[in-house]
Amino acid sequence: MTALSSLIDRQSETFLANAAHNRALVEDLRVRTAKAALGGSETARQRHTARGKFLPRERVHRLLDAGSPFLEIGALAANGLYHDEAPGAGIIAGIGRVQSRAVMIVANDATVKGGAYFPMTVKKHLRAQEIAQQNRLPCLYLVDSGGANLPHQAEVFPDRDHFGRIFFNQAQMSADGIAQIACVMGSCTAGGAYVPAMSDESIIVRGQGTIFLAGPPLVKAATGEVISAEDLGGADVHGRKSGVVDHVAENDEQALLLLRQIVGTLGESRKADIALGSVRPPKFDADDLYGIVPRDVRAPYDVREVIARIVDGSEMHEFKPLYGTTLVCGFAHIWGVPVAILANNGVLFSESALKGAHFIELACQRRIPLLFLQNVSGFMVGGKYEAGGIAKDGAKLVTAVATATVPKITVLIGGSFGAGNYGMCGRAYSPRFLFTWPNSRISVMGGEQAASVLATVHRDADRWTKEEAEAFKAPVRQKYEEEGNPYYATARLWDDGIIDPAQTRDVLGLAFVAALNAPIPAQPRFGLFRM
Amino acid sequence: MLESLLIANRGEIARRIIRTAKRLGVRTVAVYSDADAQMPFVREADMAERIGPAPARASYLDGAKILAIAAKTGARAIHPGYGFLSENADFAEAVERAGLIWVGAPPSAIRAMGLKDAAKKLMQSAGVPVTPGYLGEDQSPERLKTEAARIGYPVLIKAVAGGGGKGMRRVDGKDAFVDALASCKREAASAFGDDRVLIEKYITSPRHIEVQIFGDRQGNIVHLFERDCSMQRRHQKVVEEAPAPGMDDATRAALTSAAVSAARAVGYVGAGTVEFIADASEGLRADRIWFMEMNTRLQVEHPVTEAITGQDLVEWQLRVASGEELPKTQDQLSINGWAMEARLYAENPSTGFLPSTGCITHLQLPPDIRVDSAVEQGDMVTPYYDPMIAKLIVHAATRAEAVAGLAAACRAVEVWPVKTNAGFLARASMQADFVHGGIDTGFIERHAAQIVPSTEPDAAVTGAAAAALLPTGKGDPWAALIGFRNGAVPDIRVAVEISGKTYIAPPVKAGTVREIGGDRVLFLAGDAWAFSAPVPRSSGEADTGDGAVQAPMPGAVIQVEAAKGKHVRRGERLLVLEAMKMEYVLVAPFDGIVVELTVSAGSQVEEGALLARIEKAN
Repeated sequence: MTALSSLIDRQSETFLANAAHNRALVEDLRVRTAKAALGGSETARQRHTARGKFLPRERVHRLLDAGSPFLEIGALAANGLYHDEAPGAGIIAGIGRVQSRAVMIVANDATVKGGAYFPMTVKKHLRAQEIAQQNRLPCLYLVDSGGANLPHQAEVFPDRDHFGRIFFNQAQMSADGIAQIACVMGSCTAGGAYVPAMSDESIIVRGQGTIFLAGPPLVKAATGEVISAEDLGGADVHGRKSGVVDHVAENDEQALLLLRQIVGTLGESRKADIALGSVRPPKFDADDLYGIVPRDVRAPYDVREVIARIVDGSEMHEFKPLYGTTLVCGFAHIWGVPVAILANNGVLFSESALKGAHFIELACQRRIPLLFLQNVSGFMVGGKYEAGGIAKDGAKLVTAVATATVPKITVLIGGSFGAGNYGMCGRAYSPRFLFTWPNSRISVMGGEQAASVLATVHRDADRWTKEEAEAFKAPVRQKYEEEGNPYYATARLWDDGIIDPAQTRDVLGLAFVAALNAPIPAQPRFGLFRM
Repeated sequence: MLESLLIANRGEIARRIIRTAKRLGVRTVAVYSDADAQMPFVREADMAERIGPAPARASYLDGAKILAIAAKTGARAIHPGYGFLSENADFAEAVERAGLIWVGAPPSAIRAMGLKDAAKKLMQSAGVPVTPGYLGEDQSPERLKTEAARIGYPVLIKAVAGGGGKGMRRVDGKDAFVDALASCKREAASAFGDDRVLIEKYITSPRHIEVQIFGDRQGNIVHLFERDCSMQRRHQKVVEEAPAPGMDDATRAALTSAAVSAARAVGYVGAGTVEFIADASEGLRADRIWFMEMNTRLQVEHPVTEAITGQDLVEWQLRVASGEELPKTQDQLSINGWAMEARLYAENPSTGFLPSTGCITHLQLPPDIRVDSAVEQGDMVTPYYDPMIAKLIVHAATRAEAVAGLAAACRAVEVWPVKTNAGFLARASMQADFVHGGIDTGFIERHAAQIVPSTEPDAAVTGAAAAALLPTGKGDPWAALIGFRNGAVPDIRVAVEISGKTYIAPPVKAGTVREIGGDRVLFLAGDAWAFSAPVPRSSGEADTGDGAVQAPMPGAVIQVEAAKGKHVRRGERLLVLEAMKMEYVLVAPFDGIVVELTVSAGSQVEEGALLARIEKAN
């Protein structure tokens, strides 16, 4: 391994200006995250706790092992959507440790519209299940939801990746030996009733949890039967008579302890059998990242400055340092986990793509997880490059990324534009996790380019004055700026969350270690590389 | 020097005596009751003889048996220690009659000091100041009032026949005297059938100060300065120190010479202690220190005197008993530094100091100070005797250092699972009033809220337990990144279960955590707490239903054991059902009352039929 050096000047004007800018972005992230973490309104939260129930974050905390990290995903889902009435999309999801074992926790937040499923709630629940499935993490569902959000039923109910997929996933994971455990701590109505029913093992809280396909009002309407929620689907009904649940707990606290006990009975997990290195912190301070990352996503800088603040001992064995230099490739360790890093250092040329594809082959041969640090404006354009076959070289990289057999994790540390997003393992390439930095931007191309292209192809373009052209371009730029914003992206779950750059190493350490819960195939298996 | 010595005692004092005897080449014989057969003092003596069953009356208080063992083992002398037979003049005489040496005060001196009122009179005539008071036949209000004025207000009017605080009145001035006297007499008459009263000086700020004296058969008497034993709980000494704080040379001279006079008045030989009560409301003053009583034996707290004088008082006892002169003259004795002793007891301060018995699975006492202990790890604390575990003795150059050392020693004590007063002692010795010296005997009562531990753990305890539950791995981010949250500050709170209750605490590393017999135990500041991560209560406890007892299947009731209105215990048989050629016994789901019973023997019942209903009894 070679020690990375750092050439930054912490006193330089640029560094200080960058730092001020990026720290403000992170502060904004903290504020938004903290606000979303509160869940529903003060009144809703008080009503919730007044019934003797823990707030969902307290439930998660009580469920976790002492001191366990909680790697939350989609904390800002539905941010700005649904009139901002569904913080976090009304559901908490993330990985934590229970009984020393990594698990996926999915907890409804009943203080947000009774825990009802908005479209993004469904998407987040499914994403959590996808992570669980890919990384073989037992799923613990803390159920407290009235079911689908009826006004949004068309975006929640019928399609493949809608509500029904939750139960499909439960069945698939159960079949794969990934434990599915439900703890019913509140309503569990209609479709929701299948969460405990489809689980391997389930718990209900007496006096709080109810499970039924139709609630008392619907029953009355349908058959005239007048019956209380507890008599219809409470703990005694399901614990003693129906057998829908396996355990009855007296309260939230006991239920969560019981759930912990159940996790303690799960068998051994099959882990990836790769050797871990000893953990050493980087030599450089993570806080430097605030000063390193430019205010303008287009400004160039050496991505090795970032790598030096993420990897163990700030050491990396760089591959082909003299060839295809706009893509930095190298082997390093993060929290002891060996990683093969691909990091953009400019626009992608054919050489960069070929180098990247070769490097991914190496990583898969050696069974080393991949880390993509995305800051890419795209592949190089122009006659020379098209003629040089940049499309087929780009395709080689995309093929390698798509069919890599090792865990992949992607962080958007800057721009993510066009096919560069594909070649650098964007969301469509199923990285195990995808996180973004608050300075990042994502769109098919930059707003300026899009505005220019659209202006150029407009049929009236040749008759426009300069002002008219500008009047056309401004809203396009505006739209791209808005939709390329990381908060717009994370609200729609295009990623697993926006992270503080200074937390990147720790988030990656947790994520890679979690990813090692699934075995890594011994042999790589790639698609055809167009030569 | 004596050739051999039988120790008619047990525990720490027996070990203490054996230690010196061994050093002086004296053969030791221990006697032990059945309860003590495995105790360290039995192992450490050169010989040990069973003396009888556990109760003291049948063992350590049975003088005849002890003499028989002395005869059998050829022991030439008997050391009674403290307590048990140590101040029993009859036994002392019996020892001497048997031709053995009694390592203690002469029987005559024991007798003279044994009767408290007679002792006071004797002392008064010897010129030793006694607490001003009046105990006379003339019970006229006028006489009593005159006496009260002579004694000086405030005074205490006490029923002569009194006890337990009844018939007692504090009077602060002459105007209130007559009324108080009348009501006291009324109360005394009705409570004891005797309305005679006595009047005593009421001491507002009493301190217990005592002087160690020593006499030999040659008639020499010296004192080894004073001890202050004012830290008491219900008249039991808790912490003792030497010298007494706030004692100036003149006061000390008056006090010690009074003590020597007292000893001389009874022809004292051996180790003795003259106890005084001081009115310290205006500091220690020679004219406000009065004789209380004399203890004709070695005291529990003798080590503080040994520490400041550099003498071994047991050695002195053995030398005097063997006829030697006192090892030092008065001129050769001086005070060096400051010493303190705390009495570590197997008791539970948070439940009213009830003794705590059982096996001491884990015992760690401070290694760098003098510890006179009764037990070793693995020994038992039995309910038969004083539950003292050890005395912790610190000796330092100054009082401030001694106080700090004592607190540190008490905080370092680790005992499990037997409960101790170590935390109580530590807190007591850290109270500002005590640190600054000169507390009175009401100190512990006044500071009980700060000293007596609550049964609930405080934030320091829950925090330390929380810290101990955190993972320690540094090579795994899931263990090393304690409470990590992306986008937020870490949530480091930890759920801890202590005595069946769950606490959510931020971890703060403190104390020592050990695994002892399957328990995780936190030792913090002298207190011991078992803790764990919370575990679910047994589902059986949680899942007892509503008390309805239903038929599990169709069948016939063949036997009814319950009756309506009957109290039943959880698991108690209610009735027997026969179904599918099997008998099913239906039991009470919880403790309660049978409020409904719908069947009798012979009833045919359907599946799910209600047979009985139990209601929880309040």
